[in-house]
Amino acid sequence: MGQLDTYLTGVAIDGLISVSSQLDASLHFDLTFAEVESTILELGLCPARYQRNRQTISCEGQLALLRSSVAVIGCGGLGGYVIEELARLGIGTITAIDPDVFEEHNLNRQLLATHANLGEYKVTAAARRVSEINPAVALVAHRTAFGTGNGRELLGGATVVVDALDNITTRLELAAVCRELGIPLVHGAIAGWFGQVTTQLPVDDISVYLSAAGVGAKGVETKLGNPSFTPAVVASLQVAEACKVILGQGAPISGRMLLCNLFDMEFEEIRL
Amino acid sequence: MQVTVKLFASFRTGRTPIEVCDYPVGTSVADVVAEKGIPVAEIGIMLVNCRHVQLDRELVDGDLLAIFPLLGGG
Repeated sequence: MGQLDTYLTGVAIDGLISVSSQLDASLHFDLTFAEVESTILELGLCPARYQRNRQTISCEGQLALLRSSVAVIGCGGLGGYVIEELARLGIGTITAIDPDVFEEHNLNRQLLATHANLGEYKVTAAARRVSEINPAVALVAHRTAFGTGNGRELLGGATVVVDALDNITTRLELAAVCRELGIPLVHGAIAGWFGQVTTQLPVDDISVYLSAAGVGAKGVETKLGNPSFTPAVVASLQVAEACKVILGQGAPISGRMLLCNLFDMEFEEIRL
Repeated sequence: MQVTVKLFASFRTGRTPIEVCDYPVGTSVADVVAEKGIPVAEIGIMLVNCRHVQLDRELVDGDLLAIFPLLGGG
């Protein structure tokens, strides 16, 4: 057993390592916070921050999350909540892609938008937020728009991709690049009181269901807007999907789509 | 012929969410959409008997047509 292992085993209380002990180990052994976290989990111990995960996610599962990389395309309504939940979940690397800055009309729903950061790049705010929540998580920020031209490069190495885009044209490009790279894609879209979620595994093709009869780049959100609660609901469903895909547990919503109607509080599942 | 038309989400506003409608033989999904006054550009998923279809799909007696709006926000 190495010195780090001995140290961690010695400071563990009921199998838990406090954040201060993890930080001490990081400084003392000249390792990153994430490297110490990896060792903790390999020892079958658990960073205390994840103690409420333990009945749901095993140490092995927590290690799988730490070793995973999730790309989030869009850091607005959906993306803000998605990044928040992925960071708290303990995903090792989050790649955040968005070209925009925060504007006043984002304040009604976008978790990362505040008065203080209006005008700031969304990915910059995302990086700061993640570092405040969980220092074991690396946020790789790309201040650019996703597209067919840069998609392969941006998504390379991702375990899962989360669609938090705001238009259908780019969603179709994203779905195509994910199929090409064989990376699972968790799709979510919202408009008003309504939302939808599905997961495209490498064997699936969800494209036809994203555009269907519509010919434009936008859906009914142009008429309905987006209130605060719809992105929170759909983003949470997306993160649950991403978590299951990474862990290889549960039943992802592949070959199915969940359509959420928060106005009538009806959830419809359709077969794709 | 009779077709059950089920509308979802925002398409319910000002319309009956589910109703059995009488249509002449040869009626297509596009005809129903026009009759209901639904803008084609707003339509996302369309299902006939739980299977995804296009606007030109001809309906038959007893079909269940479900129409969802296109959602693109994030």
